[in-house]
Amino acid sequence: MRTIYILWLRQLIRYSRSKARMFASLGQPLLFLFAFGFGLSPLYAKAGGGDYIQFIAPGIIAMTILFNAVFSGLEIIWDKQFGFLKETLVAPVSRFEIVMGKILGGATIAFIQGLIVFGITFIAGFSISNIAYIPVGLFFMVLIALLFSALGTAIAARMNDMQGFPLIMNFLIMPLFFLSGALFPIKDLPKALSVVTKLNPLSYGVDGVRGAFTGAAHFSLGLDFTVLVVVIVAVTAFGVYQFSRVEV
Amino acid sequence: MISVKNLTKKFGTFTAVDDISFEVKPGEIFAFLGPNGAGKTTTIKMLTTILRPTEGEVFLNNHNVTENPKETRRSFGIVFQDPSLDNELTPYENMKFHAILYGLPKSEYEKRIPELLKLVELYDKKDQYVKNFSGGMKRRLEIARGFLHHPKVLFLDEPTLGLDPQTRNLMWNYIKELNKKEGITVFFTTHHMEEVDRMAGRIAIIDHGKIIVTGTPEEIRQQSGKKTLEEAFISLTGSAIRNEAGNVGLNQMRVSSRLMR
Repeated sequence: MRTIYILWLRQLIRYSRSKARMFASLGQPLLFLFAFGFGLSPLYAKAGGGDYIQFIAPGIIAMTILFNAVFSGLEIIWDKQFGFLKETLVAPVSRFEIVMGKILGGATIAFIQGLIVFGITFIAGFSISNIAYIPVGLFFMVLIALLFSALGTAIAARMNDMQGFPLIMNFLIMPLFFLSGALFPIKDLPKALSVVTKLNPLSYGVDGVRGAFTGAAHFSLGLDFTVLVVVIVAVTAFGVYQFSRVEV
Repeated sequence: MISVKNLTKKFGTFTAVDDISFEVKPGEIFAFLGPNGAGKTTTIKMLTTILRPTEGEVFLNNHNVTENPKETRRSFGIVFQDPSLDNELTPYENMKFHAILYGLPKSEYEKRIPELLKLVELYDKKDQYVKNFSGGMKRRLEIARGFLHHPKVLFLDEPTLGLDPQTRNLMWNYIKELNKKEGITVFFTTHHMEEVDRMAGRIAIIDHGKIIVTGTPEEIRQQSGKKTLEEAFISLTGSAIRNEAGNVGLNQMRVSSRLMR
């Protein structure tokens, strides 16, 4: 437990010391929130969708968590490059503890970033439909953070440098985000797109956050929860396995 | 303290370490020498549980390294060839992190960390970020960290690489002092033969993955009929210049991490 705690703490200390990173990672969600949120809002209202900010805000919160969680997971690559990973690998601790510390640390950071953006959405005019459901929404934010921190960790375990980074960005993170229902409703989509969004675990995360905060879930919160937990367990197990094979 | 039996490591068709066997006695300072790419680092990685041997057995402090990695890891400290500090943390935090990973109780590490930092003359900089440190300061910190958990064996893989003579000299003084005071077995590699002459009780020379000779510095000089250890080393391993073999990506990492040092 102490191992997991100290690894978690290390990540939080590093995060709290890089203010630049904290601000930088807010840029993209804010741009999306304000450009898309206000830009598409008249069109969305005309189409009978209602207030687009209400729709997109949970999507942007989920996006913030997605990006920050994956990047935090990928930090292991830096630990490899700067040699710090070796220090943990020769210590008398299990690989499982190392992975868990990493995942929890990354998830915590991503969740905090998500909270900041959550706060900012109110400035954009976001409103909560039922205050009693706020903890549920926050809980879904935690689940998204855990899932993608684990995914980033699993990927990073087998990468030695950042050269594969654009590949991950363009063929994993961006598609996960765009095909998740974060920006558009997933009902009445063309067949192919509909299948893809249903296979995307982030769709359930976005839906959970949206359902809890605005009361407008596409799936049900129960289904969202179940899918997320199953995928988290699977991805974490995969990450632990990948990490157990790391040699430096 | 360390017992290596028929240790072999193959990467695909390339045999990096080829059926080597040797013993290191408790309290000994043991130098493991060889030209670049001879298999020194690969051997150290196998002795320190981060690389699985293809064949053979290693016992460290009576623990089988592959079967009982956790107990083995408790028994040794290591200073890697490349830096392995967290640059965003302070020396004190790096030390504390290490102490907790190794399960030291708080009462103990709160006493020992300042002691060791004073020994390597970094105590007055304990709250500055490591990223602002010079290569020599980082090395000293890594050595202090290697000793933190009272290891039985300390591995030093080219610890003096890129350091000026003053720092090198100081560093070996610390190591000698700790070797005497705490009875720690020291296993080190280097390319500076005068360090070997000064420090090592016994030497093994490895080349092309095979150990070609073991003995005291004196014995090796006599065997090769040369006056200095440097001449003996060259006559034993030939004068051709070696390329470092191995994984290109990893070597690239080695280069880039050195640049960032």
